[in-house]
Formats: sequence, C-alpha cells, structure tokens
Amino acid sequence: MAYSIKVLDHYENPRNVGSFGKEEPGVATGMVGAPACGDVMKLQIKVGKDGVIEDAKFKTYGCGSAIASSSLVTEWVKGKTIDQALDIKNTQIAEELALPPVKIHCSILAEDAIKAAIADYRKKHGE
Amino acid sequence: MFKLPIYLDYSATTPIDPRVAEKMMPFLFEKYGNPASRSHAFGWESESAVEEAREEVARLVNADAKEIVWTSGATESNNLALKGAAQFYAGKGKHIVTVKTEHKAVLDTCRELERQGFDVSYLDVGENGLIDLEVFQATLRPETILVSVMLVNNEIGVIQPIAELGEICRGKGIIFHVDAAQATGKVAIDLSSLKVDLMSFSAHKTYGPKGIGALYVRRKPRVRLNAQMHGGGHERGFRSGTLATHQIVGMGEAFRLARLEMSTENERIRRLRDRLLNGISDIAQVFVNGDLERRVPHNLNVSFAYVEGESLLMAIKDLAVSSGSACTSASLEPSYVLRALGRQDELAHSSIRFTLGRFTTEEEIDYAIKLLHEKIGRLRDLSPLWEMVQEGIDLDTVQWAAH
Repeated sequence: MAYSIKVLDHYENPRNVGSFGKEEPGVATGMVGAPACGDVMKLQIKVGKDGVIEDAKFKTYGCGSAIASSSLVTEWVKGKTIDQALDIKNTQIAEELALPPVKIHCSILAEDAIKAAIADYRKKHGE
Repeated sequence: MFKLPIYLDYSATTPIDPRVAEKMMPFLFEKYGNPASRSHAFGWESESAVEEAREEVARLVNADAKEIVWTSGATESNNLALKGAAQFYAGKGKHIVTVKTEHKAVLDTCRELERQGFDVSYLDVGENGLIDLEVFQATLRPETILVSVMLVNNEIGVIQPIAELGEICRGKGIIFHVDAAQATGKVAIDLSSLKVDLMSFSAHKTYGPKGIGALYVRRKPRVRLNAQMHGGGHERGFRSGTLATHQIVGMGEAFRLARLEMSTENERIRRLRDRLLNGISDIAQVFVNGDLERRVPHNLNVSFAYVEGESLLMAIKDLAVSSGSACTSASLEPSYVLRALGRQDELAHSSIRFTLGRFTTEEEIDYAIKLLHEKIGRLRDLSPLWEMVQEGIDLDTVQWAAH
C-alpha cells in the first residue's frame, strides 16, 4: 500500500509513545478497537487543574495508518481544553494524513479514542 | 553482499531460472512455428519441443506424457478438473468434498459448482492444518463424485495425506483431484503409486514462466472431463487453443531441473529455513502456524503475537514477504487459512509467511533475523496489547469495543 509521507513520518517516528500511571492525578485513559478487528488504540491524556490537556501518550496495535492517526492526535490534543479536543473530527485526521479510503476507519478510531479518554476523565472527576 | 529488498516470497512466485529462460529464447525468435501445423518443418520443430517438455513434466511426477494436458496455469487446471469432472459425472451424484484451507482457485470454483446445482462439503482441518482421515471418511456419501485436496498448502506449507485420501477415494469410485501447484520440486510425487486421478501444476512456482501450467488426467483407470475451453480440439479435446510453445518449453525445462536438483536443493533450503526459525525463536511469543514436520522445507509461517501484520510488513520492508493478514485489502479479514486452524484473531492478524528458494543465501537469512529482532521489539513497545499482557492481563477477559 502506498502511504503518504506524513503517515510514514508518524509511523517511523511516532510522537508521544508510552503510558502514564493510571493513578496519576489528571490522567485519563481511552482504549478503543478490538484485537479481532486488527486495531486497538490506547490514548492517555493528562489534564491540568485549568482543564487544559498538558500531555498525551499513546500505544497502538494496528496498521501504519492506525499508528500514524493516534500519533497525530497526541500532538493535536496537547494544549487544548477538553472541549476543544472534542472538536477534533476524524475527517481532519484523514485529511492531514491523506489516508486512503480503506484506512478512514483508522481516523474514526483515533477520534473515538479522544472521546473515550475524555469520557474517562469526566467520570473520574464527576463532571 | 546482497540487494534489498530480500525476496522471501517464493510461494507467491519464483524467478525464472536463467537456464530456463535460455531454453525458451529460440522459441520467441526463429522457432516460431505453430505446434499444430502438420504440413511443414516449422510446425514439426515446435511440436517436438512441446512433446519433449510434456515428457519432462510427466517424468517429475512419474506419469505418462499422454496424461499431461497444457493449461494456462494451476487456476485453469483446477477449473478444468473440478468443473470438467463434476459436469461429466453429474449423472452419478452431485456431492463434492473439499477443504476450507484450499486455494481460492478451488474454493471459488466450488462456489460456482454450487450455483450449478452441486452440493459441496468444506472440510475443517486440525490446528496443525491437516485433514483428519476419519472426519474425511465421515463426510463421504454414496452420491459423492469428486474430492479435491491440495498437496501442499500455499500459506502454511503443510503436506496433506494424499496417499491415504487417494486409497479411500479409489475404494469408493470417487474422482480425486489434487492441486499440486505448491508441491512440484518440493516433495516427491509418484503418480504411478498415488491413487490420484487429476493433478494441477503451475510452472511459475517452480522457476518456470508465468502463464503456463498443466493438468494430469489419469488414463488407467480412465478419467473423463467435460472440456471448458472449446475450439480446435487441441490437447485431445480437453483444452483448445494454440499451444504457447516458448512457455511450454520453459515449464518442461523448469520441471526437468526440479527433478534433477530437488533433493540437494531442498536440503540446502531446509537448513536455511531452520536457521531462520532458530534465529527468531528467542523472540517471545512467536508461534509457528501449521505442522512443522509434515511441511515443505521452504515455508515458515509465524505469528508474532501482539504485533499487527500490516505494520510489521511496513517495518520489515527490506524483506519481500507476505502477511497472512489481508489487512491491506479493504476486507480487514485475517487469513481464512489461519482462521481454519482455529488461531485467535490477533494471532491470525500478526502472521508472516516467509518462503525461501533457490537463490536465498545465508547472509540474507541472517539479515532477516536481525531485522525481525529490531522491529518486533519496536512494535511491541508501541503495542497496548503487549503492555497489558506484560501487566498480567488476560486479553480474553477484556470487554473490547468491536468496530
């Protein structure tokens, strides 16, 4: 499959790989996808007291596009408030990475990962 | 030194052996006669080359040259064998038996026969990829007319018990077809002792050219087929169409070389395959797919757990291999062959097929081993599944959000 330069760059040099301790203050985790489908994304955000996402990390089991999509969203959510992060749409991810049509589901999964992480944050903080 | 990428996909196709190409060349130039031309020397020369090649194909599998029918490849051979036999013997019954791990050229042809009113049973295999003879026996019915089982599986390289299956079929008067596309030059085939009625061959899996194959059609006891390609009545009416002399000559030479060299070649390749397996066996959670003993020497199909196949292919792009995972297509379905072995989805999604061949070197294998160590480690550092397993979480207990 011919990948765009941006996908290859994120795949070769993924940004923000890793994990935060689940109990660290302000940390929330979103895990989406399933091994049976060939993609699992874990996105973690660390939210400051002011409601701004200070840091983000990911780990992804999946194809190159899935890895690139999750790497990209860790960069995008940093510095955003959680409401702003919820505005990130899969179409923006797909456009930025020039994903081919059969890989659009990777961008959808990345959007879902953001939503899942924020839902986890709100649950933990009683919002 | 060697060139990158390293070709380790010999089961997809093989390069043409230079000796084969050389033998083909005159038939692309001065020896252009139609082998069916009986009225002049151009035709006679081509005809004799075609018959010499037919002898060579027959000799590799210990058959009579009169039992070899030229086709365009194993796909056409499978179509001719299955449709031809099913249609000819339809008056005796309408039941056909094949296996879930067959090549698509057999499975899709069986689907077509179902549309034509035949009833097809698709046998399961064990987790080693092999057919259980008792399960096979139990599947046969009084109205079974045809059985099709491959000799060597294209994905996992396992060798099915053809001799035993042939005995069972012959005892019941059932036509037995064997797809041997992946077997020639890899395992000894003796059609004088095997109770096989029809056998499909391909040239390009055995260092011959693409676009040419053959179907063995037994004469004693005689097997009848309905032709699928009509025209000038070539190949005793089994398959009309002007013979592709240069390709036929290439297939004959490729099969001659296979006969002469297979025993030494297979030993060399087996050593390289075992070197590859040993070299990667210290990576954690590596699983060989399919039986390792009843297997052709050049195939290694392994799953690297918790690493996804397509991203692994990207990571090891210096190696030309194929993934059991069909993730590169729109289907996102893992390999149906590995599924049939009962492999969990995540293992089916992480499988890589390495197939070695005539031109594979030890240096290339050592490079592959080193690359795999590096890249598997990197991808596992990226894998949330690997992290969970390291934390002691049983992935089967996780509630996944399937999408």
